[in-house]
Amino acid sequence: MYKIGVIGDSDSIFGFASAGVSVYPTEDTVEAGRLLKQLAEDHAVIFITEKLASALDKEISHYSSQTVPAIIPIPGINGNTGIGMQSVSRSVEKAVGSDILAD
Amino acid sequence: MAVLNVNPTRMELTNLKRKLITARRGHKLLKDKRDELMRRFMDLVRENKELRKKVEASIAEANKHMAVARSVMSDADITSALMMPMQEISIDISEKNVMSVLIPEFKTQLKTADDADIYPYGFAFTSTELDGAVKFISDILPDLIKLAETEKSCQLMAAEIEKTRRRVNALEHVMIPQYEETIKYISMKLDENERSATTRIMKVKDMMLNRAHHYDQT
Repeated sequence: MYKIGVIGDSDSIFGFASAGVSVYPTEDTVEAGRLLKQLAEDHAVIFITEKLASALDKEISHYSSQTVPAIIPIPGINGNTGIGMQSVSRSVEKAVGSDILAD
Repeated sequence: MAVLNVNPTRMELTNLKRKLITARRGHKLLKDKRDELMRRFMDLVRENKELRKKVEASIAEANKHMAVARSVMSDADITSALMMPMQEISIDISEKNVMSVLIPEFKTQLKTADDADIYPYGFAFTSTELDGAVKFISDILPDLIKLAETEKSCQLMAAEIEKTRRRVNALEHVMIPQYEETIKYISMKLDENERSATTRIMKVKDMMLNRAHHYDQT
């Protein structure tokens, strides 16, 4: 049985606690990287704020070939930086050769 | 295209012919796999894009609600209200095999039976804005999980498509031409050997006749 986790600055993620998601507030990149590694053990879905996701690109891509965990960037309280969409475009590019769904 | 470094023998030729047939069949199968994967991937990635748009908009909305809640309540109050969550979500994963790619399927399970059980606090000391924010977030959670599922599937499928495409291309542009070329080279070499053997025998016959009877055939 797996859990759902969310990593990010506390302002962005606190609301998720009420929905039953485990929250791990941090703003430090190194700490977040450590958390990510730890959470990958028993969390099937890890949401991570876009700000941290962009800093942890290497660690995240390490898990991209595994079935679990799914690491999903979500916009934080500071707004949407478009990293999430970029990662979708990136997989299209990987598969097709160029981003044919770009709008 | 380079010819493989093999001995031009009949045995090699048979082996290569067999290999060529296998390579052709593999190429055809892999090409079909790639096409089917691509078709499914395109559907999935479109869905993924839609979901992401929707989820990002909802999160922005939820954050707005949260900001309002924050402005009418003190940080300490909010923290204490949300500190002990009632609900706990756990996920069951089953794997689905799509063209040899294992994609995850998430099934959520809530700790409490009633999924309206989302407020971990009494209503006496909290504002309605916080209720709104909490409700909003728990409403988008199914979408978030769906997004996680499709996005992960897309990533896995993209990786598999890339791998398959490479294999198809390697077979189509390297292996198969190489085999064809080598087969041609060997069969030509064998023919050449045969011809040279025939001429040699004819020549020897001439010489023997000449020596025995001083008889020139021409």
